[in-house]
Amino acid sequence: MSTYRFCVSVMPKPGILDPQGRAVEGSLPHLGVDSVHEVRVGRRVELSVDGASEGAARAVVERLADELFANPLIESWSVEAMARPALEAAR
Amino acid sequence: MKVGVVVFPGSNCDRDAIHAARLAGAQAEPLWHEDPDLHGADAVILPGGFAYGDYLRAGALARFSPIMGSVREHAERGGLVLGICNGFQVLAEAGLVPGALLRNASLRFEHRWVRLTVTRRDTAFTSAIPPDVTLLMPVAHGEGCYTSPDDKLDALEARGGVLFRYVGPEGNPNGSARDVAGVLSERENVCGLMPHPERASERLLGSDDGLLLLRSLVTSAGQRLAAA
Amino acid sequence: MTVAERPPRPAVAEVMHTPLHRALGLTDHELGVIGGRLGRAPNDLELAMFSVMWSEHCSYKSSRPLLRTLPTSGPGLVAGVGENAGVVSIGDGLAVAFKLESHNHPSAVEPFQGAATGVGGILRDIFTMGARPIAVLDALKFGDPSSARTRRLVSGVVRGVGGYGNCVGVPTVGGELAFHPSYEENPLVNVMAVGLLEERDLTRAAAPGPGNLVVLYGSATGRDGIGGASVLASATFGDADPQKRPTVQIGDPFAGKLLIEASLELIERGLLEGLQDLGAAGITCAVSETADRAGTGIRLELDAVPRRETGMAAFEVMISESQERMLAIVRPDRIDAVVEVCRRWGLPVAVIGRVTDDGDVTVVGADGVELARVPASALTSDAIVYEREGRPPARSRRAPAPGAPELAHDGLPERGMDPGAVLVSLLGDPNLASRAWVTGRYDETVGSDTVCGGAHGAAVVRIKGTAKALVMATDSNPRVGALDPYLGAVSAVAECTRNVVITGARPLGVTDCLNFGDPERAEAFWQLTEAVRGIADACRALELAVTGGNVSLYNESAYGAIVPTTQIGVVGLLDDIGRLVHPVFRAGSDVVALLGESTPGLGGSIYADHAGAVPDDRPPGIDLARESVLQALLLDATRSGLLRSAQDVGGGGLCVALAECCLWGGIGADLQVTVGTAPAVELFGESPSRVVVSVAPTAWDALRSLAAGSGIPLRRLGLIGGDRLRIRLVGEGATGAAEERGAGVADEVDMPLDVLRRAWESGLPRAIGEAG
Repeated sequence: MSTYRFCVSVMPKPGILDPQGRAVEGSLPHLGVDSVHEVRVGRRVELSVDGASEGAARAVVERLADELFANPLIESWSVEAMARPALEAAR
Repeated sequence: MKVGVVVFPGSNCDRDAIHAARLAGAQAEPLWHEDPDLHGADAVILPGGFAYGDYLRAGALARFSPIMGSVREHAERGGLVLGICNGFQVLAEAGLVPGALLRNASLRFEHRWVRLTVTRRDTAFTSAIPPDVTLLMPVAHGEGCYTSPDDKLDALEARGGVLFRYVGPEGNPNGSARDVAGVLSERENVCGLMPHPERASERLLGSDDGLLLLRSLVTSAGQRLAAA
Repeated sequence: MTVAERPPRPAVAEVMHTPLHRALGLTDHELGVIGGRLGRAPNDLELAMFSVMWSEHCSYKSSRPLLRTLPTSGPGLVAGVGENAGVVSIGDGLAVAFKLESHNHPSAVEPFQGAATGVGGILRDIFTMGARPIAVLDALKFGDPSSARTRRLVSGVVRGVGGYGNCVGVPTVGGELAFHPSYEENPLVNVMAVGLLEERDLTRAAAPGPGNLVVLYGSATGRDGIGGASVLASATFGDADPQKRPTVQIGDPFAGKLLIEASLELIERGLLEGLQDLGAAGITCAVSETADRAGTGIRLELDAVPRRETGMAAFEVMISESQERMLAIVRPDRIDAVVEVCRRWGLPVAVIGRVTDDGDVTVVGADGVELARVPASALTSDAIVYEREGRPPARSRRAPAPGAPELAHDGLPERGMDPGAVLVSLLGDPNLASRAWVTGRYDETVGSDTVCGGAHGAAVVRIKGTAKALVMATDSNPRVGALDPYLGAVSAVAECTRNVVITGARPLGVTDCLNFGDPERAEAFWQLTEAVRGIADACRALELAVTGGNVSLYNESAYGAIVPTTQIGVVGLLDDIGRLVHPVFRAGSDVVALLGESTPGLGGSIYADHAGAVPDDRPPGIDLARESVLQALLLDATRSGLLRSAQDVGGGGLCVALAECCLWGGIGADLQVTVGTAPAVELFGESPSRVVVSVAPTAWDALRSLAAGSGIPLRRLGLIGGDRLRIRLVGEGATGAAEERGAGVADEVDMPLDVLRRAWESGLPRAIGEAG
């Protein structure tokens, strides 16, 4: 049994309206920035999972991503394995 | 004496604030966010609402609006600024008042009537409030939980910077640290609070306690004008 | 070359082995009728346009013949059925716009966005008339509150209603919340919006003046809501990646707020000839409706439509349901001013066409190629209409007609009933308990005009600068509707108008939202027919017009149909806010009385749900003539300042109404009730046309003569005071002379208010698992 750390990124699906991204993009001229476009805003979840293997742990995360972190109707998600230096140091 | 009420895209309590400021005896006009001119306003109100939809973080985008530079200068010159609800959030993001407003502890939008104690009556925002009264007014927000590191909170309290606290059976609607409902800047000319005094300015609507706060503002600004 | 002249492309049908029209949801018959309207076969784009415009949702093809039977004209009505919202004059140059609308199916799929876009849509219907929205009321119906599905729906819908309404700054001041198993798969989200306008700002959704510009402003157009017609895309473009075909419409309340401000500014400055909001069927619907109303045509330059996505096909642009978009008709000499307003509010704006005089909707692509040409009327006013067949169920339990003899009730399930325990149980029923858990999520006071929210009856919103106020309520009676759809509709109209009248306000008109099953099923269509008949009869008896409304059909699943649900909304005018009467007991020693009398029948009551109904028990009937007299009496009494409080007797009957008056006022009462036939009927029966009033002791005689003059029974019940609700039962029925009684039966209610309050406050959170 080991502990694995993952991060899940949740973004609005392509084609779905992203009001946040649009509002942020619209404000950039006020900061004097006009070279930025196609802003999309999402969520990021970081979590540690105990599992027999990375594959088994990842399967848990994928299930959570699909059933909880994202609304599959309007959002897409991706999972990345993370190194855990901060937590190792804390031990 | 003129009150300018800033209108950001998405502000929705600006008309209420103008109406209440007039009830408090001031001339009141809207100030469009794109125009850096305060048009002779002696006091500025940043009203409630959802400026820029509250997207990214409440107040995060509004603080970069062109008018905020002028609001900052006005404050630096000692001018009075009152931030209500979303206005408080904008002031906090802009660093014009200390602390930050997080999501309510309940994680839900809360609309309810709350009761406030007034910790000091020697400020521009509380001078017209009689002693030993609590103020009844509504809150309506999803991100009103006042937060600051403990040492900063200690310093804030020590200098009398916590101006309003939630009290009574109505309680603390959002989990704010130390029941903080409203704060003062160091120079005591900028105030931010989450409850809505402009919605509590007529008995017919449930309370006119909010008018005491607005009258304080109007009277104080008028005195500063006269002294100038 | 016009579209009519170009040879038809090989139909997608041949590639798919399914006729395209069927894949788009049109029947073979409809295809033939379309051919008749055009005088030729339609091309793919035209078929897509017809498929959305002739859908039930857009065309009302099953309900139109019925809706024509409603009374739709009345004094002061300046805009009615057929417009985006009903508008009634209220004097001082002002008018009120209001309407109810549904967003049921989208809310079942994605509750947050379905509810949010439902609010957004009805708000657009209001401000497109030139009215500033001032209030929202939400009527929500869900299935079993303990099921995971229902809890997810409740949470999402409430967050969606609040998320949109709070952000645009329109107070949500009231509504309805009910649970019934039939809504498990088909929740109902009916939203009512009310707006205020200067009469001179009244704007119509028409496209007058050939040569005028057709302007689209608001959000850019994406692929929202395309769903069913995506079959066109997959066959034509080969890219069937579901990622590219989102069907859920996403609402952006920030854009909605900007749209409100920009639109009202455009209207107030007189810059528009016409305005229409884009809802179902998007651009296609907006252009065809506005052209048809004016008797003109519109020629659209498709490439001019601002898009959010690249590579959009013509049909996608034409039927997209992207939110927060408006269609304006603008004189050429005013376009610069219009563009300036839109730019200042940060809204994309584009001239997308011109008004013509040929009566057609003409869609033009790159290089002026005509892609579609359809008479506007064929898509709207001359859309196909069906005369469906209705058939009543084999067995029904319809209400007895007024004056019919009473039936004996031997089998009443009340032997051993303890009325106090029953009251506590009813107050804790999620259908009757406090809605604070929901209403605390809604901003009720934004706008600084809310005098009282709907937690205690009708909502009251004052009009600044006048002594006037608007009183608004929404009600339905689906439990009775399940047994007798006619009566369900009649009693909903009666109850909703009564809820307004008891405050002292005069109803201005009625809006309705009809939620029913599959109209192609004879019994469901019969239910719809009966409900419309009920609304018509009730409105005629009360001399009110139906100012507009909505129909939502096909609310059924494999598990069955919803109970017939006629949602009613009423707005009333209170001339003097100083005369407002609340449904709250106020002062000790005031006299409590009941106006009206109970009639037998527990069918459809919430008591029957708790206690078990006798199989053949029927709902109590209503006498509309009596109801009308009662409402006139109430208006007289409130105007004379006689009443200290007035509360309608509705769900849970007299006992619950009395408990509400006590709980909301924080004061008890010591009362006695005369029982004729049976305690259950007297205490918990939901017979209509009854109001609990309280008056100062000095006003009692005046009230008695007023009531005597009208012929409405007035029964004194007792006095306000103390901290308990005590109701003693007296009379023949109280002692159970007609039936056996077991030991330990209480012939009275005697409950501390604290106990009642705890049950009432915890009922809803407990039912949906949010307690603690």
